[in-house]
Amino acid sequence: MALLIATKVRHHFGGLCAINDFNLELHQGELMGIIGPNGAGKTTVFNLITGVYRASEGSIRLRESELVGMTPHQITARRIARTFQNIRLFRDLSVLDNVRIAQYSKTRYSPLEALLHLGRFRREEQRIIEHSRDLLAIFKLEHLAGETARNLPYGSQRRLEIARALATGPELLLLDEPAAGMNPAEIDQLMDFIRWIREQFQLTILLIEHQMQLVMGICERIKVLDFGETLAEGTPEAIRNDPWVIKAYLGADAVG
Amino acid sequence: MRATLGVFWDRLMEQRWLLPLLVAVGLALAFAIPQFRLVNNYVQLVMILAGINIILATSLNLVNGYMGEFSLAHAGFMAVGAYTSVLLTLHVFPVAAYPGLFHLAVLAGGLVTALLGLLVAIPSFKVRGDYLAIITLAFLMIVKSALENIDVIGGPRGISGIPRLTTLPLVFCWTVALVWLLRNFVYSSFGRGVLAIREDEIASELMSVDTKRVKVLAFMLSAFCAGIAGALFAHLLQFISPRVFDIVKTTEILIMVYLGGIASIGGSIIGATLYTILLEVLRPSTVAGLLSWLPAVVFDPLNEHFIRHLGVLRMIIMPLLLVLVMLYWPHGIMGMRDFRGIIPLRDRLAHRTATPRGATGHGAADSH
Amino acid sequence: MSEVSIYWLQQVLNALQLSSIYALIALGYSMVYGILTMINFAHGDVFMVGAFLCFLAATLLDLPFVPTLLLTMTGAALLGVLIERLAYKPLRNAPRVSAIITALGVGLFLENLTLAFYPYPQNVPTLIENVNWNLGGVSLSSLQLIIISLSLTLMLVLDYVVQRTPVGMAMRAISWDKTYVPLMGVPVDLIISITFAIGAALAGAAGTMYALAYPVIDPYMGIMVGWKAFIAAVVGGIGNMRGAMIGAFILGGVEIMVVAVLPSTYRDLVVFSLLLALIVIRPHGILGQPRVQKV
Repeated sequence: MALLIATKVRHHFGGLCAINDFNLELHQGELMGIIGPNGAGKTTVFNLITGVYRASEGSIRLRESELVGMTPHQITARRIARTFQNIRLFRDLSVLDNVRIAQYSKTRYSPLEALLHLGRFRREEQRIIEHSRDLLAIFKLEHLAGETARNLPYGSQRRLEIARALATGPELLLLDEPAAGMNPAEIDQLMDFIRWIREQFQLTILLIEHQMQLVMGICERIKVLDFGETLAEGTPEAIRNDPWVIKAYLGADAVG
Repeated sequence: MRATLGVFWDRLMEQRWLLPLLVAVGLALAFAIPQFRLVNNYVQLVMILAGINIILATSLNLVNGYMGEFSLAHAGFMAVGAYTSVLLTLHVFPVAAYPGLFHLAVLAGGLVTALLGLLVAIPSFKVRGDYLAIITLAFLMIVKSALENIDVIGGPRGISGIPRLTTLPLVFCWTVALVWLLRNFVYSSFGRGVLAIREDEIASELMSVDTKRVKVLAFMLSAFCAGIAGALFAHLLQFISPRVFDIVKTTEILIMVYLGGIASIGGSIIGATLYTILLEVLRPSTVAGLLSWLPAVVFDPLNEHFIRHLGVLRMIIMPLLLVLVMLYWPHGIMGMRDFRGIIPLRDRLAHRTATPRGATGHGAADSH
Repeated sequence: MSEVSIYWLQQVLNALQLSSIYALIALGYSMVYGILTMINFAHGDVFMVGAFLCFLAATLLDLPFVPTLLLTMTGAALLGVLIERLAYKPLRNAPRVSAIITALGVGLFLENLTLAFYPYPQNVPTLIENVNWNLGGVSLSSLQLIIISLSLTLMLVLDYVVQRTPVGMAMRAISWDKTYVPLMGVPVDLIISITFAIGAALAGAAGTMYALAYPVIDPYMGIMVGWKAFIAAVVGGIGNMRGAMIGAFILGGVEIMVVAVLPSTYRDLVVFSLLLALIVIRPHGILGQPRVQKV
């Protein structure tokens, strides 16, 4: 069965219809991309899936559970994680704490145990620290564990954001413009990286991106949005050659 | 030589027995001082007040500093704790026969106040920043007005004749216990959730933090401590009235927090102690006593024009000092940092990053 | 007219008088918040200083009403600008909390300074010859008339300044965007000081009127009156001047009605509870815009 099914999702902001008749069937292990011009509603889709907005109409189901109406932290606890278009790290906190906080839902002690630092508390805290350091090591950030997040170079901040998202233990990862500000060589590395984490963490990945090199390079399926509507959906080849998509977004010489 | 001392100090800070030892020593002193009259009553009073202020400052810091809110309700929480405990000791518990019941009354004061903290947490779900400040302010005013209107508990005239049950060792124990609880909370997943909320509430929700639950816990814990402080305060001063717990009182606690440093337990301890001592030191009698060694030709005019008026002058000097501190240290003395002794060893070690030479650095370990 | 309606009309007049005073203070809060997104916690104490300046003018200098009013307004305006320059301006880029704490500190300072000079409440002599007109059973005093009409005039002048003069336009521009407005040649610092001066002057006028209407003044009067006016500004929509006026009239109306119906000790309790309820229901206030956060 499909992992994530969005059916007839519509969303209004006041009088403005931001998303109209959005449908999606995402299968486990898929790597799918969402593209479209600015303002098309791509990040809004992410916000709807993760519960930042409550969809005005329609349903978004994770397997059998209906996500519409759940709070963001409940959805994240159901193993959907995301990164942000503009990095939203906890800037004044340490790198380690950024990753530790993301494991809030997996912390298995009660407030009382926390107040007294007793019982399961010590074991859990140790486990969380170790898991965080392991994760940071994978992302080559371990040596920066004590550093304040705002001091990190841009590339490291991006990696940290992904590490933090992965710390929540997701099976579905939403990446919002992961290649923003990167040159082609960096994008190549990123493509390998995304493939690798999909393998390593058994992820299903949905990403928003403007950089066609990345989208055409790794996405198995692509959905094109424009003005909140789905313009087209299909394989990279199909999308690349779709006349409507070319007209609305890619331009006559689309990057392959 | 300096290096050896430095290493020795580092090693010392890592010993798990250090803090318990200090606490034991403190407790022994707390008992010895009143027992053997090691200092006079006035100084003991100041010590007790300092302890109560420490509780108030650290608990407010949890909400205002660590969570980045701006709550003005703290004096209201203090009032509820004070009145609850006083009503119990005066009308319900036979404290004269069983003085141990006082502890129960204090605890009850804290628990009732914690429930109120839950109430105040609810608006914080939807509302932040200035709006929450206003809501907490309104809450404070309501508590004060409500207390003024309930004649059974004295109305505007308040309650007097409260038994003097607060002692130095008792306040010491409560101060240590509550600061310890607050510190434990801060260095737990809930405390980290509090910090995340301050940094970016939406992002923290998306990183699985149950912000509602964390806010409730933070407000309840903060209120609980303030309630306890209020109960201890009432049984020290032996008189309470709604006027005592007004916006001026809240402002005093705010001063302690921001002076000492936001998001810092050590900072609040410093801020509260400094404020309490300054307030007491800047009294005519104290200053006159301190400067009595000056020759009369200097002392007399000084006394005439300055020292005698200190009672009033200090209330003018204090806010000015506060403004000056804010201008030069906007985050307070220990803003966002804390003493190593307060940060749990586990966290300090976890933040340690290895430098090429193999020695250990500290990075952001001491910051929050 | 029936006795009941006479009674209520009388209350309406009382409410108008009180509301006018609240409105002048609330406007100061809203103006400063609008332009700096800062709650000027010392504003209530500027109002208090205004009342004491009126007292000084009336007793020490023996001035009649109009010069007293002018003196108070000018003095308050100067005080407002002084506070802004010395305490707030240096903290414009500091964490917001620092500015708030500083404001609280300034307020405390003003209260205690006044307390140092006047440890006991003072009586303000009457400056306005009290004439009472009887309008069909409803009694209108000259003082009430002056307060209401003067406040109205000041509010109209303010509205005109804000909506139709370059200064007002600059004020509105800065409240929308502080970063780019200076790049268009607007002297931001000057405009901010003017804003504070106007707000403080209004508070000073309110202080004079309050002192004449309720002649016993003390250094802590700014706390209750100031905070109530502030909450009223929030109820109306903080940062919005028309909202401040609406909020103030709600506040004054509720306060008078409560006292008319319930024992007077319940006044503050009911007023604050009502205001709290309004804020919880609609945090951004009646005319306020909710601040939307983009994710």
